[in-house]
Amino acid sequence: MQLRTEPYVLDMGPVHPSTHGVFRMRVTLDGEAVLNLEPVFGYLHRGVEKLAEERAYSGVIPLTDRLDYVASMTNNLAYVLAVEKLAEIKVPERAEYLRVIMSELQRISAHLVSIGSFTNDSGCYFTPFLYMYREREKIVDLFDMVCGQRLLYNYMRIGGVSQDIPDEFLPALRKVVKHLPGRINEYDRLLSENEIFLARTKGVGILPKETAINIGASGPVLRSTGIEWDIRKKDPYSIYDRFDFDIPTGEAGDCYDRYYVRLQEMRQSIRIVEQALKQIPSGPVKADVPQLIRPPVGEAYGHVEGPTGEVGFHVVSDGGIAPYRCHIRAPSLMNLTGLYDMSVGWKVQDLIVIFGSFAITMGEIDR
Amino acid sequence: MVIPNIAVDAVRHLGAVAPDWPGHPWWHWVVFTLINIVFILVMIIGVIYIERRAIAWFAARTGPNRTGPFGLLQAIADAIKILLKEFITPMNADKIVFWIAPAVVFAPVIMIFAVVPFMNGAMLADLNIGILFVVAISSISTVGVFMAGWSSSNKYSMIGAMRLVASVISYEIPVVLALAGVVLIAGSLSLNDIVLAQQTVPFILVQPLGFFLLFVGGCAEINRSPFDLMEADSELVAGFHTEYSGMKFAMYYLGEYGEAVVMATIISTLFLGGWQWPFLPGWLWLILKIFLVFFTMVWTRATLPRVRIDQLMAVAWKFLFPLALINLLVTALQVLAGWPEDLLWLMGIVNYVLLGVLILLWSRMYKVGWGRIEV
Amino acid sequence: MTTSLSTWEVSKQISEHVPGAISETTDAAIVVNGESLLNVAAFLKNTAGLDFDYLTTITAVDYYQYFEVVYLFVSMEHNHSLVLKARCHTRDNPTLPSLVSLWRSADHQEREIYDLMGITFEGHPNMKRIVLWPEFQGHPQRKDYL
Repeated sequence: MQLRTEPYVLDMGPVHPSTHGVFRMRVTLDGEAVLNLEPVFGYLHRGVEKLAEERAYSGVIPLTDRLDYVASMTNNLAYVLAVEKLAEIKVPERAEYLRVIMSELQRISAHLVSIGSFTNDSGCYFTPFLYMYREREKIVDLFDMVCGQRLLYNYMRIGGVSQDIPDEFLPALRKVVKHLPGRINEYDRLLSENEIFLARTKGVGILPKETAINIGASGPVLRSTGIEWDIRKKDPYSIYDRFDFDIPTGEAGDCYDRYYVRLQEMRQSIRIVEQALKQIPSGPVKADVPQLIRPPVGEAYGHVEGPTGEVGFHVVSDGGIAPYRCHIRAPSLMNLTGLYDMSVGWKVQDLIVIFGSFAITMGEIDR
Repeated sequence: MVIPNIAVDAVRHLGAVAPDWPGHPWWHWVVFTLINIVFILVMIIGVIYIERRAIAWFAARTGPNRTGPFGLLQAIADAIKILLKEFITPMNADKIVFWIAPAVVFAPVIMIFAVVPFMNGAMLADLNIGILFVVAISSISTVGVFMAGWSSSNKYSMIGAMRLVASVISYEIPVVLALAGVVLIAGSLSLNDIVLAQQTVPFILVQPLGFFLLFVGGCAEINRSPFDLMEADSELVAGFHTEYSGMKFAMYYLGEYGEAVVMATIISTLFLGGWQWPFLPGWLWLILKIFLVFFTMVWTRATLPRVRIDQLMAVAWKFLFPLALINLLVTALQVLAGWPEDLLWLMGIVNYVLLGVLILLWSRMYKVGWGRIEV
Repeated sequence: MTTSLSTWEVSKQISEHVPGAISETTDAAIVVNGESLLNVAAFLKNTAGLDFDYLTTITAVDYYQYFEVVYLFVSMEHNHSLVLKARCHTRDNPTLPSLVSLWRSADHQEREIYDLMGITFEGHPNMKRIVLWPEFQGHPQRKDYL
């Protein structure tokens, strides 16, 4: 007897435990296998780009916090870099070091969150997730110390940072930096050789090198395919050219490589923080910049290597007090272009793991 | 645990011996039915507490510690909360099936305890086909789960239910074959006789491979991690009980943990000597062993990620099934050769060596799953 | 350090291969005609020495008189970048050729520009609204949207 089968459509999201916010995938399934996939965005669209046109240049910084809300510091930095390029503002030395330290701590904390939620997606029942959050907590405490906020820091300012670090910050940071590598090694041992974890992630969701470049992927998604492309090295902003660090890359471009690149990047970030701690000078932390600046007419693109990829701000000025246009390059939006190529043919379970390996934040994609 | 103790003593003093179907006075049935229901409910509360506290400790947090001493009353508070919740029936649901399904899932859990001895002969019915009864009744829950998945008119529920049926059908075979090894050595299908046969050596020392197969297969049958694909919270929201709420959901919750208790009970009865052990009363030993086995299940849940559906099938058919066959063959040969009763420890050593060699060799010989399909 | 290529040299190369494509060249960017955008882009991508394999970002700016779409290209091989601009002088139904056939990274970005700015990209396989719902009227990123 011939049984009749037919594919069916499953709407995953916008309310679903593993869509990291309000993302929706219209998935066509044949049994468990994914035949087609159509991403649907927009459930968290707040019109940040339009809102930015109504605000003074310094008033846009809190908006950038709310883009990738697990990596506020790097978003802040990308925006202020663009405005400083536009207005040709020189940043004091100490502020540059603080920016680098904060960005790298932010990268560690964001990678901890993404590895944690990735393991959760692959079915570890919250254990690695909460371990990661335990370490993230220490970094968040540090941020709390410098800016009084635990999620949306609003720390960077045009021409520097909002305030100098308190006296107890550097000892606390040294303690965290000393303590973190051991913990990262522990998680490496816990996850990287776990037989089931390997079976679920190795060879799953492969993104070929050429496709990765073509879809404009960046960050760990791009580096996992074996391309050494890191804005910190290739187009050093701030003072990244003074530090010695490596760019970890993967080979296959599968889910495991994306996870492992993140894990290794945390080690490199610790290296950068350690060097910055040795070199940090004293002095002012903010250039003498008025609250209302009027950059000359023109446009500038400022970009940083955020935890998910290249975060860029394209700021256009018409000489007024507010940006005429402020376009945001959201790395996750570009990375997600490859979701179809990576997940078609795999099972629903793999789709969740592949999607989790992007470590997206909807605040950044929908803006 | 006072009530079962009194009841067991009462049965003893009234001169009840190991009952033979069906010749028993009416009060025997009433007393043991009550004992079973109370036992399973109290045990469920106990294992929920263990699960939540142990998982919390594994994940470096505290777990419930506000309700009652050490948070012991958390499960009761949850039960009260869940009783007060509205029960929502989806518009397109098959209403009758949707309502019956939770009962079909929960009832077999209680029924299995009919044949479990709490002490020598202290059981509802000493069936001479005890293990067969256990295997048969434990499969009924699957029907309930599939009813729930089918009637919910929800695709997540349906996928979860299909996965459960597939995995139960596959894992039933290695589990039954593993049980057969125990039966061969004990020479009886009755659970009471099997426990009595472990007077000197618990069967985990004699049948390590059987224990391994039963533990893994059992975890898969009762949806414990890493085989909890049917209610995979990160993929299928909640699997087959996505659409359930209120008391109906609580029935699944109870049923799920009830199944875990049943599996832990079967494992402790067949492999850990059941109520046999010195010093403490037998029923207390049984409870401790159940908790121990359950704690091991919680440990695996807190440590391991979830496997994929094709990997799940591959483990059942390519790994557990051949090992179960080999185990049965070796055990049958050993029993056929007339292994002397007092040399069981030697058989244990031989079987442990076999376990190590087989697992090491076999895990290299097969490939898990087939991965991507071309579309 | 990513070097910005000299726009004057590149525009000379472009006008040799795609005559009449350049409408304006400044120190910061090259402005091309909408009709020849696709040819210029293909030239930039496929010419040895330029090899712009990576389309970083696309921005659309509303200047009332015209819409300006800004493309930022990067070459991973040579680590240099170039800003290319194209303009639409109509407000009713502005159109530009789509670059999805060359860089798939244009996919979501062009859809977003269509959604918020109202510029239609011809040749895009899936020109639908991306962040707003399909029934939405108007294009909110335009300066005259109220």
